[in-house]
This record gives sequence, C-alpha cells and structure tokens, in this order.
Amino acid sequence: MKTLRLSGLAMAVAVGLGGAASATELTIAIVNNGHMINMQKVAEVYTKDTGVKLNWVSLEEGVLREQVTSDTATGGGQYDIINIGMQEAPIWGAAGWIEPLNFGASYDVNDMLPAIRNGLSHNGTLYAAPFYGESSMVMYRKDLTDAAGVSVRDNDTWSNIKAAAAAIHNPDAGIYGACLRGKPGWGDNMAFITTVVNSFGGAWFDKDMRPTIDSQQWHDAINFYVDLLGNYGPPGSEGNSFNEILALYNEGKCGMWIDATIAASFLEVDGVAYAQSPNAGNPVGANWLWAWAMAVPAGSPNAEESKKFIEWATSKDYIKAVANHPEFGWGSVPTGTRSSTYAYPEFQAVAGFAAAEMAAIESAAPEATDLKPYVGVQFAAIPEFPEVGIAVAQEMAAALSGAKSVADALAASQKAATAIMSEAGYF
Amino acid sequence: MSPFVRSSRFGTFFWPILAWVLALLFFFPIFWMVLTSFKTDADAVKPEFLFFFTPTLENYFNMTENYDYWRFAINSGITSVFATLFTLSVGVPAAYAMAFNPSRHTKDILVWMLSTKMLPAAAVLYPMTFLTKNMLGLFDTHFLVILVLSLINLPIVIWMLFTYFKEIPKEIIEAGKMDGVSFWGEMGDIVLPLAWGGLASTALLCFIFCWNEAYWTVRLTTTDAATLSKLIEGNRAPEGLFFGRLSAVSTAAVGPIVVLGWFCQKQLVRGLTFGAVK
Repeated sequence: MKTLRLSGLAMAVAVGLGGAASATELTIAIVNNGHMINMQKVAEVYTKDTGVKLNWVSLEEGVLREQVTSDTATGGGQYDIINIGMQEAPIWGAAGWIEPLNFGASYDVNDMLPAIRNGLSHNGTLYAAPFYGESSMVMYRKDLTDAAGVSVRDNDTWSNIKAAAAAIHNPDAGIYGACLRGKPGWGDNMAFITTVVNSFGGAWFDKDMRPTIDSQQWHDAINFYVDLLGNYGPPGSEGNSFNEILALYNEGKCGMWIDATIAASFLEVDGVAYAQSPNAGNPVGANWLWAWAMAVPAGSPNAEESKKFIEWATSKDYIKAVANHPEFGWGSVPTGTRSSTYAYPEFQAVAGFAAAEMAAIESAAPEATDLKPYVGVQFAAIPEFPEVGIAVAQEMAAALSGAKSVADALAASQKAATAIMSEAGYF
Repeated sequence: MSPFVRSSRFGTFFWPILAWVLALLFFFPIFWMVLTSFKTDADAVKPEFLFFFTPTLENYFNMTENYDYWRFAINSGITSVFATLFTLSVGVPAAYAMAFNPSRHTKDILVWMLSTKMLPAAAVLYPMTFLTKNMLGLFDTHFLVILVLSLINLPIVIWMLFTYFKEIPKEIIEAGKMDGVSFWGEMGDIVLPLAWGGLASTALLCFIFCWNEAYWTVRLTTTDAATLSKLIEGNRAPEGLFFGRLSAVSTAAVGPIVVLGWFCQKQLVRGLTFGAVK
C-alpha cells in the first residue's frame, strides 16, 4: 500500500514537473495604472499565440520600487519583467542590474521619441523599453480665462500665469486660480517644484554635485511657488498631488493645472485648452520627462522569453492591438512613446491633447548641461536622489502650509541634502 | 437632591451618548469605504460627501473578474488558519510552563519575548529577503508566510495565554496531581477547559492579526502565496482615480474578518482586555 502511495506521489510530481517544463511562465511586476491594467487583457492574445503564461503582480509605485530593488540586490529571480521609471533605468543599466535590450528591425527603435529613448539608455544602450511616457504642460480652462479677459500662452512667463490665476480665482464660487502639487514626495511636489526651479535657472547640484538649494534661484522659485499656490490655490494644497487635483479639476474647481500630460486623457470638464510649460527666462527643464518602462532583471532565468514579450508589448503592433480591442479603442492607447502613434488620424480624432503632449515630450531636456550637470529633469539620475528629494519635499510642504518660512525651509533642505551627498561620498 | 444623584443622572445620559458618538466616529471610515465600493470611480472621487448616488456592483465584478480575488482570499485563509494553529501549538505549552512552573528567569523571558516586537520590521527586510530567497528557497511559499506570521504573533499569544493560565488557581492543579492525573490529563481535563474562553479569544485575535498583516505578506510573496494585503496594495495608483475599485477590494478583504468579529464580540473584548472583562 505504501509503495502504491509513493508511486502515485512520484507520478504526480513527474506530471507536475513535466507540465511546468512545457510552458514558460513569466512573472511581471507592474505599477498600477490604467495602461498596465489594460495590458493584462490585451496580452491574452500573446499567451494564446505563444503559449507563454503571464503572471501579473500589481504593486503601488513605492512598494514596487522597494520590491524590485531588494529583488535585484539579492540576485533577482522573483520577477522576469519589471516596471521601472526613468530615474532607475540608466542607473540600473550602468550597474548591470538589468539586461540591455536589442530588438529586431521590425521593432523600429528609431520610431521611439528621442527624449524618452535617451532617458532610458546608458551610454547609448537601451535598458528599458517605454510603455508610456509623459511630460508636463498647462491644462487651463479657456472658458474661464476668456471670461476674465486673460490669456495663457505656450511657454508663458510665470508673471503672466500668476496674473491669469488671479483673474480667474473666485473661491466664493468654488473656483481656484491654480491647482498645483503640494503633497510631499520626490515624485509628488518635488516633480513640479523642480521644473519651476529649473525655469528660474536653478538646479539641484553644481558640477561637483554639491547641493545648491540655498541659491538665489531656489529662493526666487520657492517664494513664487508659495505665493502662487498660497494665494490662488485650493485650501490644503500641501495635501494635494495628481489624484487629488484631478478630482478637483473634474469638479470644475480648478482654473489652471500644471501637471503630467497623461492627466489630459482623464479630464472630463469642457473648455480645457493646453499650453507648454511656463518659465522665468530659462525654458530648459521647465517641463518634466517621465516614462514607465519594462526591463529584464539580470537574474531572470527567462531573459530571452522576457525580451520577446517586451518587444511585443512596446511595439507598434501592441498600439494597434489596444486600438482594435473590443473593450478599449484609440482613446486608450498608451501615449508618449512612439512618433507613429501621433500620426494615426483615429488617435488624433479622440485625443485633443495629442499635439501639446508630443510637443512637451519632444522639448523636454533630460541631458546634463552646464547649468544642470546631471541627467534628469525633475530628478537627478543618481541613487541618492530619492532620499534627497524626500527630505526637501517635507520642507517645501512645511513652507507651503506656513509652518516654516521659505528661507528656513530652504536652509534646512540644503543642510539635509549636503549631509546625504557627503555621506554618499560625492565630496 | 445630592450632587451624587445629579452626577449619576448626568452620567446615565452622558456616557452612553459619548460612547455612541465615539463608536460612530470610529465606524465612519468603514462605512464610507463600504459606501464608496458601490460608487463608480467618477462618483468616488467627488470632493463633497456623496451619500445619494446610483449604486453599482461594477467594482465587485471587476475585482473578481480581473483581479483574481478568490486566489488571494484563499491564500489569506490558509496562511491565517495554519499560522494560528502553529502559534497556539507552541504558545500553549510555553505559557503553561511559565504560569505553573515559573523559574527565576520567567519574567525576564516574558519581557525579552515582548521586546522582539520593538524591532522595526524594515530593519531586517534585506536579510529576510536574502535568507528566504537565496539560501532557503522559501520565498513566495505558504510555508514561509505561515512561519513568519507565527513568529510575529508568538510573543503576544504567549503573553495572553500566560495571563489566562495565571487566573487558574494552582490548588486545582495540585489537587489533580494528588489524585494521580497525568500531565496530559491535567492539560486536557483541567487547564484547557478552565482556560477555554481565553484560548478562544487568543486564537481569534491571533487569526485577525494574521489576516491583517501587511508588511511581510506584501514583501515576501509574489504570486503563489500572495494574500489579500497584496491585492489591496496593488490597487493603489499614483496617477489614476480608482477609489471605487480600491474600496471594493478593501471591503471584500476586511469583510470576512468583520463578520467573524461580529459573531465573537464577547471573546474579542475579553482577548483585547487580557481577560479583565469576564
């Protein structure tokens, strides 16, 4: 009897192993956004065609970063494909934590928007393929600006933006002139604040990577930001980020919003118009650049199959697969990655923001310059940046809420950033 | 009328009203979460309080069709039940030994066990990941989740059981011994029946703690052993308003535990007060 049981067990194990060996399974860690959720349905056809089973693990952005970092640092293997952003891709590529990506001619890598491609590469090698990309732009209520007799132009001056916000600001009617990010976080308030600082000619670090947060440009930029949002923003702005402002905007409570271009596809109010990001004399770095991309951890045992899937999921064919999917359509295709997407008349017909979005992405400048000696627009592509960004973000929220003066907040930020960079061995 | 009587009448009205106000205050977030789960995503994010709306089950259908709710729920059930059983199987003898045969180090051991709860979980995240993934190969297995949940809850379970066992008069045990009752008879016929209420409330609390644990269950699993905590975590979105869906997932995750708590209120209160309420 015992022998019979053991034989049965052995057979079950053998069958199980046999089954496991016959079909490749890929485990994919994804950030929870609409495009990635849609992909789970669109990719059913990939499984049907190739037999490759896809296991999706959806994670909140912060937890995703933490899990992927600890997985990669412990040799990988937990995930075959990971969602990473523009901040991580060049750093991890340089460290050898993710595999370089080389695709066939039909993939048409030159169709990829150059700024996005450069931001996901290191020394000219692509390490992560973009799934969707974004920049930032002004989304304003033209009906309100027209009624107030003011206008918002492409690459406007900040003083004109402030004047327009003041003209349409009517808190008694529940309309606030400018809704901007104030919630602390390196990807929250600091994404927007950094573009303002850049537009005033400031940067996070000098050429020796010493923080320059106590510079005059930072003082001017933060004083302007606190003045604009404090006087013409909704109450409690220090708690607002993308989602909170989107909710306010769709309630008709925001006259103007400067944020991610992807927001345009979520707007449901009438009378919205778009303009390129304002600046205070320096347009370089006044609009951010970000992409969520797919990469293969160096430890993945299924690297080749993973690359094949990424090649499909970021291809022109995938864009068409979403457009032709019965549950989605052209309004749901991931944007900000390929020039060809913007050329489809069907896409142009449903995406009134398409031209403004593409112009914003194309004008974004992540490369290092004399003024900004590091890669990245709203972040610096160095491993220490999240820590620096979080510390400064708290101080900026304190300045916005009035808990601290701008001067004190900047002094505390400079001190914290200097300590972090010094400890990391930059100087 | 004496001030005492006035104060007593005042208390008759004041304390129940205060208790109701506090209860409603604490319950409101749960109520709002359940209400939001029946709203569309567009209704869910409207800044004003929206009590009247057209209810929809869309979020619940979406949760079961697209998010594989049942897989996560089954994993939560398996890991919580087995972790509770394992914790009790270790905790009962340990608490018994310390309650009825204390040594001069018993107090130190109890304090030491509790002190392990003071270690921030994040401090051992990397070693735990490395150990379970690279050395033991246990990452993303039910066994690992059960083990971790058991170890996390063991100190509190031993403390609770120790408190209950201490309530049992030693004379009863001694009388049993004089009558020639064996160790197992002592446990089965005397200790456990007398501590049954405490044991049940400890088991219930342990199960709830296991079900709700999020830090390790999110970080030590991928797909095979992922629990409902991971499902909730994955529904948070930085760019996109999915509060209706998130509320539905959260409601479905806490639902079973709320129902269980509702039926076992008495034991729960007794457990939470370490036996002070009988």
